[in-house]
Amino acid sequence: MSAADVSVPAGHAVRPVRSSMRFFTAELRLVFLRRRNLLLLAVTAVFPLVIGIALRLASPHPQGGNGAGVAFFNQLAGNGVFLTFIALSTLLVLILPVVVAVVAGDSVAGEAGYGTLRYLLAVPAGRTRLLAIKYGAIVTFGLAATFIVSAVALVAGAALFPVGPVTLLSGTTVSLPDGLLRLLFVTLYVAAAMAALGAIGLAISTMTEHAIGAIATVMILVVASEVVDNVPQLAAAGPYLPTHWWLSFDALLRVPVDTSTLLRGLLSFAVYALLFCSFAWARFTSADVTS
Amino acid sequence: MTAISTSGLTKRFRGGQLAVDHIDLAVPDGSVYGFLGPNGSGKTTTIRMLLGLAFPTAGQAALLEVPMPAGATQVLHRVGSLVEGPAFYPFLTGSDNLARYDAADRTADRRTARARIEAALDRVGLLSAAKKRYRNYSLGMKQRLAIAAGLLRPRELIILDEPTNGLDPQGTREVRALIRQIAADGTTVFVSSHLLAEVEQICTHVGVMRTGRLVFQGSLPELRRTGAARVTVQTADPEAAAKVLAGLGLADAQATAASVSGAEASANAYAEASAVLGDASPEQVCAELVQAGIGVRGFAVTSPSLEDLFVGLTGEGFDVGG
Repeated sequence: MSAADVSVPAGHAVRPVRSSMRFFTAELRLVFLRRRNLLLLAVTAVFPLVIGIALRLASPHPQGGNGAGVAFFNQLAGNGVFLTFIALSTLLVLILPVVVAVVAGDSVAGEAGYGTLRYLLAVPAGRTRLLAIKYGAIVTFGLAATFIVSAVALVAGAALFPVGPVTLLSGTTVSLPDGLLRLLFVTLYVAAAMAALGAIGLAISTMTEHAIGAIATVMILVVASEVVDNVPQLAAAGPYLPTHWWLSFDALLRVPVDTSTLLRGLLSFAVYALLFCSFAWARFTSADVTS
Repeated sequence: MTAISTSGLTKRFRGGQLAVDHIDLAVPDGSVYGFLGPNGSGKTTTIRMLLGLAFPTAGQAALLEVPMPAGATQVLHRVGSLVEGPAFYPFLTGSDNLARYDAADRTADRRTARARIEAALDRVGLLSAAKKRYRNYSLGMKQRLAIAAGLLRPRELIILDEPTNGLDPQGTREVRALIRQIAADGTTVFVSSHLLAEVEQICTHVGVMRTGRLVFQGSLPELRRTGAARVTVQTADPEAAAKVLAGLGLADAQATAASVSGAEASANAYAEASAVLGDASPEQVCAELVQAGIGVRGFAVTSPSLEDLFVGLTGEGFDVGG
């Protein structure tokens, strides 16, 4: 502790930033040290490894990558870095949304279910403040899960496949550091997508005291959105769906980078996050806590 | 200063049910206020509104003279509470649970947290179970942990909703002793219960709820005064005695046949006549009875017990009068 801290009188002065940081840290500890959530993170970590090993076994000759899969899969044989993109796009279909749905759906509904919500509010944690802390923890957990996928995939890719200058989807070859920088942006983009999903989960979580119900509702929404997005007749609705832009991170793997697609994706995430956070706030600050 | 005051506080649930109906609470500073009423009479809903958990349909409420729910973040850290039973995270230990609530308090000092948590646990006798997971706590321990959460900081007011609910007699005694201690420190205690006997010994004031309305509020002596003293005459001829009592102008004169059941039958085989004493002097009533030729076997003036008054107010349970 610095000298400046000591000089602060130990009165009842409210230091909003410091006290909120303390609350946030406690919330993160609660979320990250919970056995169920640790298990979820472990599962997310195992998947890239399994995918990497499976792909390595399927193409024993690194030069013979001639499968008919997604574009990424063809690139993998030449460069292990591509395992990260494969892992992210595979896990984005179900695993990452589940991880975020569990933590987001549980956030408020779980507290209501335990009855701890009424005590947090009587502390008083402050309704808006509590909601902000909850959303912060959801976003952090989504970010952690996404980075775990990228990190494990990167290590596994480097161990199982050759690593060197990265040949992008557009055929251009960039240096390895450039490739890794692009990987960082891809990971952040996916984390942003998960943050938007987290806002939806938070909003649903404020409407019930049954965490399982909230989690299931978020998952149903994700799957429904993905299904609708794949029906050609409903293509007009596509851009407005919450899941539509999730996989658009491949725009970062081209030269030049397709910024307009990326920005539209980020705009979609921002709108969803803002909309559902507002909804959660309106609901949570006006509803009776009866649990 | 009033620790709690409400005026016309009302809560109508979405289904239309009137849970709390225009109640005007006045809890004096430093009092131990028993908030009484049968289950479902609106006590918990009132407490939820006081703590800003539920929003009133109409009326105002104030804690420590700060309006609620608007002033929740300014005043609630001066108020400890136990609402509708304890609630903690089952996978955390007792002390971790308290640390969690303490961390949520924006006015609590992180540096003193550990010491305050230990002191609170010590106060409720849970220090030895501090490192035990909450899910392994007994019911009494859970209740005490909830009270410890209310004692994490020096409080000016403690609101305890049914603190002895589900406890065995010993646990009840422990909680009562704890409440006495808290009150002795100068903290105002607002304690709800559906049993008068549970709080009678510790309360200075009571409020009695019945189907959402506050039917009595005042000090215990004031509650006692609401009970009218009755004169009871044991005699072989209750009808005649009742007639004499009525003739003297006493209200509600009635005769009761001899009780023939139970152990009392032999010792107390005489029938009774009774009436509200009112302003009459008991000596004179007795003399008049004898003068009228009534064989008076026993004569007594009795005031109803607090329990009788409480039951009369809440209309709950068996009809003791019949």
